Amino acid sequence: MTTNKASALTLALCLSFFAAGCKKKVPAPPPPAAPPKAAAPTPKPVVARPIVKFFTAEPSTIERGQASSLKWEVTGAETASINQGLGVIGTAAAGGSTPAVISGNRSVFPSNTTTYTLTASNSGGTVTEAVTVNVTAPPPAAKATPTPSPRATFGEVIAREIQDALFDFDKSDIREDARNSLTQNSDKLKTIFRDYPNGTVTIEGHADERGSAEYNLGLGDRRAIAAREFLVQLGVSADRLRTLSYGKERPQCTDNSETCWQKNRRAHFTGQ
Amino acid sequence: MKNIIFSLLTLAVVPVQAFAQQRPDIIGVIMGSQKAVIAVPDMRGAGRASGLMDIVNGTLFRDLEDAAIFKMAPKSMYPTRVPQQPQEFRKPLQYDPTNRNAAPWLQDWSDPPVNSDYLAFGYAAEQDNQIVLFGWLFNVRQPEVAAAQVLGKIYFGPIDETGARKVAHEFAADILKQFGVESLAGSKVYFVSNRSGSKEIWSMDYDGASQKQITSYKSISTMPSVSPDGSRIAFTSWAMGQPQILVHSLETLRRIPFLNPRAGTNQNASYTADGKQIAFSSSASGFSQIYMANADGSGVRRLSNSRAVEVEPKINPKTGNEIVFVSGRGGGSPQVYRMNSDGADVQRLTTGEGQATNPSWNPQGTHIAFAWTRGYDPGNFNIFVMDVNTREFVQLTSGAGRNENPVWAPDGKHIVFSSDRGGRGQIWTMLADGTQLRQLTSAGINEKPAWSK
Repeated sequence: MTTNKASALTLALCLSFFAAGCKKKVPAPPPPAAPPKAAAPTPKPVVARPIVKFFTAEPSTIERGQASSLKWEVTGAETASINQGLGVIGTAAAGGSTPAVISGNRSVFPSNTTTYTLTASNSGGTVTEAVTVNVTAPPPAAKATPTPSPRATFGEVIAREIQDALFDFDKSDIREDARNSLTQNSDKLKTIFRDYPNGTVTIEGHADERGSAEYNLGLGDRRAIAAREFLVQLGVSADRLRTLSYGKERPQCTDNSETCWQKNRRAHFTGQ
Repeated sequence: MKNIIFSLLTLAVVPVQAFAQQRPDIIGVIMGSQKAVIAVPDMRGAGRASGLMDIVNGTLFRDLEDAAIFKMAPKSMYPTRVPQQPQEFRKPLQYDPTNRNAAPWLQDWSDPPVNSDYLAFGYAAEQDNQIVLFGWLFNVRQPEVAAAQVLGKIYFGPIDETGARKVAHEFAADILKQFGVESLAGSKVYFVSNRSGSKEIWSMDYDGASQKQITSYKSISTMPSVSPDGSRIAFTSWAMGQPQILVHSLETLRRIPFLNPRAGTNQNASYTADGKQIAFSSSASGFSQIYMANADGSGVRRLSNSRAVEVEPKINPKTGNEIVFVSGRGGGSPQVYRMNSDGADVQRLTTGEGQATNPSWNPQGTHIAFAWTRGYDPGNFNIFVMDVNTREFVQLTSGAGRNENPVWAPDGKHIVFSSDRGGRGQIWTMLADGTQLRQLTSAGINEKPAWSK
């Protein structure tokens, strides 16, 4: 019973929906047949030379092996062609009441920088228009990195721009100087992440040697997580920040002094 | 303080009483003095065995001395006439120790200056390309040769250094068995060494012989823990990126599956006595906390619940219902705590002074050994032993470098630990009273020992 009612209701709703849909269409009048815009009056007795409205190559610079798209529109031509082997791109009967429009596009794969010349002609004369496709050598095939070679790698940028956050002995609280370091880091990271959309940062947690390796591994974890949470609160994208604790396994110095110990009590940033 | 040591050392003596019910002479000796006195004169070897006798004699002496149930009679007091087999004993009509022409007799060993209770003797020979060791243990307090023999057995091994060590270990193990003591000779110490260029897991005999590399991840692999049956080893490794727990079979040396919880750090695996469960610490919650899982990592459950770093859970091997661990709760430096195996009834065991880490249960489940900086600067750990019930503790090392990761031997009387007293971190053993220090490693830096049956 209930099921039947429900399905009946659904059917009714569907029908009403379709009915509404049909009704809407009815009042929409078909647009009046507008005269072609090319109907601008042209003096008939004198045959004007064809007009190349545009002839472009997009993009105009490509890496070897990539495609560039040639696009054109020519009016008033009886015949039009492009050199470099592309040949005739269109013909129109002469003396039509309205000027013929020849338009189109073609992908080209030049292996070297090439100039394409479009030639359009009619009884009134000939017009040419040229575009050049610049071809550059592709980067070495081995590295498919999105960053071109002259640009610093993501890892280099992180190493150069992002500073360590330092901690007190046996603590993972973000202290005042670390707060400053991390705030500066957050601004820089936002910019760097924009410039390098595929880079990920690993926040390493380190500890000094004065503690058990086991406890320090847990402490390093806390330090990395604390630094990460601080950055995320400042709006740095959380899914691009990973943590990795080394505890006291990878100290950056091994002297038996507070200067060295302080250097090792850190959250350190690396980019991948 | 002294009571702790005394009770630890006497624990091992208890089984001797059981044995002594069949051999009242042994109990008499044991109860008469703290330790039975044993004389172990150097044995001689024939043929190619002669070149191996330094190893045989050295291994036998060390195994017996290391067992810590004997007082070793001083070698310089030994009589000149040393028997090689029982037939050489001739009971004199009138015992005269000054008679240089007399045959060997039991009293040569039981009388002053040797004052021994037992004599281990014998000889070795080469036979069918094997070393054959004939070994006897005599109770020299007996009036007759017939009553004196406690043990007489023949041992075989390949005629090389390995064989020499094998026959000596077996002879020592049989002697110890007479006193209800399981020899450490078959036991292994697993440890971490960087000698290959990266931290890998290694193994060696309990006396430092036959050091072998177990893993080769060329990453950081550390903190090994062996299953009680000795078939598996769990450790913490960066081989997969973040520090995670890996388990290897010690039979095939291959990796076997362990499901790590999703966490930045999973570490410090340790087995329950039945080998079916693993306790470990994981930062899955954001803080390193104590967890328990099945031996393959399934069925994970969280045991501790704090906003502090908590690591190194160790399950009481005797009762299974108690866990000691290290926690920084309360905002202080790490201390050793205990809790029930369901996480209830958390109590701090150490005083709150210094940093206290690396707890390890003795096999009897009564005492823990641990590393503590109490009385020293941060990081300068010494080895302590604590009676978990009374919380009485005693310091075993002092003022000699950083001493860490004490782990009990299967006999409950020895402790293996790491110390940098010689400059670099090395593996050492000592008795649970802090004596009989021995250095087992010397190549590279070595740490994180684990002792397995």
